[in-house]
Amino acid sequence: MRAHRSCLPRMLTVIPSASHATVIAATALALGAWARAASGDVAPLPEHLRDTGLFTPGTTEIDPRNLAFAPQYPLWSDGAHKRRWIYLPPGTAIDSTRPDAWDFPVGTRLWKEFAHTGRVETRYIERMSDDSWRFGAYVWNDAGTDATLAPADGVTLERNDAPRGRYDIPAETDCRACHEGAASPVLGFSALQLSSDRDPLAPHAEAQATLDLRALIERHLIKNVPASLASSAPRITARTPVERAALGYLHGNCGHCHNDNGAPVPVDLALAHTAGSDAASADRVLHSMIDARSRFRGHGLGSDAPLIAPGEPNRSVLLARMRSRNPQIQMPPLGTQLIDTEAVALIERWIDEQSTTSLHTSWESNR
Amino acid sequence: MNTVTKTYWPALALLSCFALPASPALAGDDAAAKTVARGKYLVTIAACNDCHTPWKEGPKGPEPDMSRMLSGHPESMKVSAPATLTGAWIAASSPTNTAWSGPWGVSFTANLTPDAETGLGKWTPQTFAQTIRTGRHLGRGRPLLPPMPIPMYKNFTDEDLAAIFAYLQSIPAVKNQVPDPLPPVANGG
Repeated sequence: MRAHRSCLPRMLTVIPSASHATVIAATALALGAWARAASGDVAPLPEHLRDTGLFTPGTTEIDPRNLAFAPQYPLWSDGAHKRRWIYLPPGTAIDSTRPDAWDFPVGTRLWKEFAHTGRVETRYIERMSDDSWRFGAYVWNDAGTDATLAPADGVTLERNDAPRGRYDIPAETDCRACHEGAASPVLGFSALQLSSDRDPLAPHAEAQATLDLRALIERHLIKNVPASLASSAPRITARTPVERAALGYLHGNCGHCHNDNGAPVPVDLALAHTAGSDAASADRVLHSMIDARSRFRGHGLGSDAPLIAPGEPNRSVLLARMRSRNPQIQMPPLGTQLIDTEAVALIERWIDEQSTTSLHTSWESNR
Repeated sequence: MNTVTKTYWPALALLSCFALPASPALAGDDAAAKTVARGKYLVTIAACNDCHTPWKEGPKGPEPDMSRMLSGHPESMKVSAPATLTGAWIAASSPTNTAWSGPWGVSFTANLTPDAETGLGKWTPQTFAQTIRTGRHLGRGRPLLPPMPIPMYKNFTDEDLAAIFAYLQSIPAVKNQVPDPLPPVANGG
């Protein structure tokens, strides 16, 4: 992957009802970003992972300045084992003035390692001096001694330890498509994801790393944290433990595209919770699903099938798409060839335990 | 006002249009118009109408029905199964040139008009640019299908894509719910 092939997406965000003049104004802004990106000021990504600063020089040991973290609602990636690290330049801190869109300092770097039997790839994002982000993926050799930069258009690897013997390294455009849809391009590193109040029912939950929200605050690695978040660990407000885990899973796996505070796909579905994840946040998410109808009909449930049919998992479009790996139907559409059976079971349970009345009642009572 | 002034007033007014700097608002309008014109040009030469505007029978043979310009496969034209092809044939299209059958199943061309519910009315320039760049529905969903020439179109510059989107947002909205793709016969998914 190469750096800065396009800065257009983030600069062109306008509200759906924008006037023609607004669209043109946004276009002008985008062209400015495009011109900067095309100017060649930014150095290309290193050819080798070892040159990104992940390791202690001369080794494949993680540099202790890079801090390990683990989101409580991890993204499903066909069962790959993951490890993640963040590097913040000395003396800098994340700005939480906008608690749902943390602002990371220039020089921030994050890595995510994917492994099956052995390490397959390590993805890398970095915040540049012009406030843009660059994205890359590094493919490990068979011996596990070195990882080199993947092509910008992505590549498919033959891996016996990967599902169906195939492993897809994403194209840079696919990286940006997901990361640039959320309020912050850093996914999985937020107040809710790093809360010390971990969800015991979260699918594929990983052991909590030492770097949680509390640690960030205490180590002065984050500033301007709202008092409510500093005093109480965020936790999704839900009527049952199953609902908490279900909403958390949808937040972590779907919220970067389906949200109302970033650059979402235009389908009127908000699955991302706010930082505080209070009752209003849960109701906003539930409301976007209640009575929702998808324009997509290819799921085979008929044109009247709702996204969520309370008490009827088999009539719920959301579940039908989670259960499919037909590329035209499946959700999520990227990064997975295998159905997440643990998550499907959780969502089935959640839909099964609902009744139409209780969902509507919950929403109405909190308006 | 004397005769001379009255006679030359229109000419002076016209001259002032050239002599005085344009107001920011007028300059913006002009830039917007140029962008839309550029987008129209690109849509025309990139043959978008060939597939996204339904064809009808005209006096000289099939021609795009511009009353339904860029509104995609007509929802009234039902297609329930892929074409049955024999011999050397691998693909077929509908008489409207908006439904295509091949090894991928059946694809239907999208409604590119700014209708909010069935077209691109809720799209942002970002959605459009990502769709062309990634070859994915809504920029990050299912893969787009043939014959959409993504391998060629993804090479449009950012400036071109912004102009095309600006033009598409300026054309008449047509309410037309295009059906979802049909799977190949052997892959019901």
